[in-house]
Parts: sequence; structure tokens; C-alpha cells
Amino acid sequence: MIEIRRVNFSYWDKQILKDVSFVVDDGEMVVVMGPSGSGKSTILRLILGLECPHSGQVLIDGQNVCVMKEKEKQQIRKKIGMVFQDGALFDSMTVGENVGYYLLENSRLRWEEIADRAAEMLGFVGLDPNEVGDKLPEELSGGMRRRVAIGRALLSTNPRAMLYDEPTTGLDPNATQNVLGLITKLHQEKGIASIVVTHQIADALNIADRFVVIYDGEVAFDGDQDTLRACQDARVKDFLLPFRESFERVARKKFIGLEQG
Amino acid sequence: MAYQSQSLFFFSGRMILSLFTRPFYITETLEQMYLIGVGSLFLVVLTGMFSGQGFALAFSQELATFGAKDYLGRIMALAIVRELGPTLTGLMVAARVAAGITAEIGAMKSSNQLDALVGFGIDPIKKIARPRLISLIIMVPVLTIVCDFVAIAGGWVIAKFIANVSTTVYWSYVIDKLNFGNMFMGLLKPIVFSFVIAFISCFYGFTSGGGTKGVGRATTNSVMMTSITILIVNFFITKVVGSALRGYQL
Ligand SMILES: Nc1ncnc2c1ncn2[C@@H]1O[C@H](COP(=O)(O)OP(=O)(O)OP(=O)(O)O)[C@@H](O)[C@H]1O
Ligand SMILES: [Mg+2]
Repeated sequence: MIEIRRVNFSYWDKQILKDVSFVVDDGEMVVVMGPSGSGKSTILRLILGLECPHSGQVLIDGQNVCVMKEKEKQQIRKKIGMVFQDGALFDSMTVGENVGYYLLENSRLRWEEIADRAAEMLGFVGLDPNEVGDKLPEELSGGMRRRVAIGRALLSTNPRAMLYDEPTTGLDPNATQNVLGLITKLHQEKGIASIVVTHQIADALNIADRFVVIYDGEVAFDGDQDTLRACQDARVKDFLLPFRESFERVARKKFIGLEQG
Repeated sequence: MAYQSQSLFFFSGRMILSLFTRPFYITETLEQMYLIGVGSLFLVVLTGMFSGQGFALAFSQELATFGAKDYLGRIMALAIVRELGPTLTGLMVAARVAAGITAEIGAMKSSNQLDALVGFGIDPIKKIARPRLISLIIMVPVLTIVCDFVAIAGGWVIAKFIANVSTTVYWSYVIDKLNFGNMFMGLLKPIVFSFVIAFISCFYGFTSGGGTKGVGRATTNSVMMTSITILIVNFFITKVVGSALRGYQL
């Protein structure tokens, strides 16, 4: 449903993305990895139509986002939920208002009804609505905020695709498992196509079986776990080097799983 | 610099266009009016009172040497309504409100909140910038009138207790000078200043970058640019509108 076709993009005279192409099918889960500053967030911004490629195309369901009018872009954005790096919660509103924000702006529902649905959504993402609903985002922990952001994206439009920008960075192992569990649940239960940007390779290996490695604005790798392990590309090896061990561990776990199953 | 003034120009155009398109976000606008108006009131009253008194003190001594201290009311009304009131209020609001607007929008930008708004189908110019513009257009003239009044009243305190000008003489000269030309100039300026403050402060917020430091820099630049622009624009309004109004006994 999302296709990035030979995209080039630069900020001023600094080229950020060079000839990037990849496709994400309906219901697919893709992990995008790469060093800091390699252009991962930029790719997500392009998909959402917040930025336009200088050459190449971003196609959502076959439609080019960038040539659209603002109205049509809105239609596209309804299909895609985005969880920004650090959540991007509106800090002047309560958690409940944040989660119900889309309905507040775009529906004629009364606030009581919206609050009910926001509370339900908070429950879905594993938070206690009575406890956090009336708090401000700044009073929550990082992991809670991330989950509120996911809830906000979900309640907006029933998206068919979700973009997660480093959803687990800076979380403790417990919170990380929570958020990853939620992402997997959405993917499996609702069939939501997902793009997860992350640095944490060990986690990435657990949730997806397709990986895209971005290095210096180029797609250095696109394929499954075994191919990734065997990949001889110097850039990919260089990026993966610190994570050899977690690789082995995950592979071993899988192997044990196979033996038992 | 040339590029920046060009984008400021287009940005201002978009803000003006946004004035005429729905949705209007009434709640945000009322909230901003309260924040801007009530928030700046104390500062403006304080500034007006002390400037008015200082002015009156200096002038009354000078006028007394000509034996013309009864004219204090005329000079006060003229100087305050046409020049001092609008400029002081404009500068105070620039210092207090422009800084706040730029910092707030800059923080929203650096934490991706503006992008999140766009993702929800909301135009940040309409939702964030326009309520501030409208509130400024309404509140800066109101604050200016308050400042004018307090400054002239401060002048009266000096007139009565220090310069020994009679209350009736002082106020009748003041009212004498509140003619169409002066009032027009005295209200045109704050309206123009409110656009200056809104355009520049929102622009610096929306275009800030580079994290916390970037927001700090944008805020400083915003206050500096609004203040300078207000002073320059003030001069030109005095010059151009002043000569256009010559027919109306200034
Ligand atoms: N608004 C901007 N103006 C100029 N340059 C920018 C802007 N946003 C990002 N960049 C540059 O684009 C490059 C890619 O940024 P991007 O945010 O996509 O990286 P990233 O892969 O998401 O990194 P991280 O893992 O640290 O989030 C960086 O070098 C950054 O300096
Ligand atoms: Mg990023």
C-alpha cells in the first residue's frame, strides 16, 4: 500500500535521501534501521506528505501524495497513523483530550462521548484511564507517553497503516516489551501495515521479518533476517557489528523454538 | 536575509488569507485574548504611569521657563496619544507577548506537535497563528488606550501637585487635543503594530529549528525584530499619515 519510488530529498544543499525505493504491502511489518541522521524520520515524513521529494514519488495505494491538494492529502493521512519520535503529544491538553483529539476536531460528538472512547482507547493501549486521563502529558513517564501517542494515532481514523518513529528509544526493558507487544498486537489482530523505525536491533529482530537498512540516505539492505545475517555489504556489517551477540541470541531462541515445535 | 524577508512576506500573506477561512477556533482566540490582554495589562499600566509622569515633569519645567506651563495638557495629549502611547505599548507587548508566541510555537515545532497537527488534518496557521493575530488586533489598541489614559493621568498628578497647573486647565487642554487626527493616528498605529508583532513572532516560531537552543535564538531574534520594526513603522506612519491628515488641525 505504500511505495517509495526512487526518491531523492535534500534540506537546502544537503542531500538526505539518495534514490531510496522500497514497498510496504498491506498488512506487512517492516523494520527500518540505520545510524542516527541517516534519514529514517525523513522517510516517514515523506510518506505522510509533510515533505515532498525533489525527485521520485511516494505512492499511497497507487496515488502520488505530493501532487495532491491539501484536501486529498487529508484523505491519505486518514489511512495512516503516525507515532512521532518522542510522541509529539499536545502539551497544553490532558491525556484524554490528546487521545480524543481527532474526534474533538473532526466530529460532532459531544465531549462526554469522546471522553468515553478516549478512555476505552487508553485501556486498549494498557493504561488506566481513571488514573492518567486527566493528567498532562508531562506528568507521564516516557513509556506511558509513547502508548498515549499510539492510542491517539489509533483513535484518529482506524488507520490501515501505522508509522512508528523510534517507539522504544529510551524505555526500560519492561516498557519496551509493552510497547513492542502493542505494536505486534495491532499488526496481528487488526492487520495494520506497520513501519517501525528503531535503533534497537535486538527488539527489531523479535517483531519483524523484513528489514530495511538505511545508511547515509541510501537503502543499504532490504530483506529478511537470514539474508541480513549473511549480508556482506560493508555498510550493513559495520552497522550490525555491535549487535552480533543479540543476533546470535535471537537466532538460538528461534532454533530452540523450532526444535520444540 | 533576502530569502528570509521573502518567506516572511509569504507567511504574512498566508496569515491574512487565513483570516477569512473556516474553521475559526473561537475558544483558542478568546483564550489568547485573555492571555495577551490581561497578561500585559500590568506592564502597560506601569510603563504608562511612569513615562507619563517623567514626561510631564520634564516638560512642565521647560514650559515654566516660558511661562507656558498651562499648555502642559496639550503637549501631553499630543505626545502620548500620537507617539508615546502606541510605541510604548507596542514595545511592551513585543517584549512580553512576541517572546511568548515565538517560544511556544518553537517548542511545538521542535517536539513535532505542529506536524502532528497537520497529520490530524489541521492547518497550524489557522489553529495556532490566527487566534494570536486576531487577539493582538483587538488587544493592542485596547492596551494602548489604557496606556494613553494612565500616562495622561500620571501627567495630571505632576500638573496638580508639582507644577501647580489647575486640574480644569490641564484636562480641558487634553480634551481639546483629542481631535480626529490625533485619535486616528493613535489608533491606526496599534493596529499596524499588532500585525507586525503577530507576523514576526509567529514566523520566527514556525521557522525555528535546532532544538532548544534554536528556539532560544528564534525568541531573541523575534523580540529584537518586532521592536525595531515597530520603531521604524512608527516613524513612517507619523510621517506619511501625518502629512495626509494635515487638513484636520493637528
Ligand atoms: N528541518 C531540517 N533542516 C535541515 N536538516 C534537517 C532537518 N531535519 C533533518 N535534517 C537532517 O536530515 C538528516 C536526516 O535526519 P532524520 O531525522 O531523517 O534522521 P534519522 O535517521 O531519523 O536520525 P535519528 O535516528 O537520530 O532520529 C540529518 O542529517 C539531519 O541533520
Ligand atoms: Mg529520527
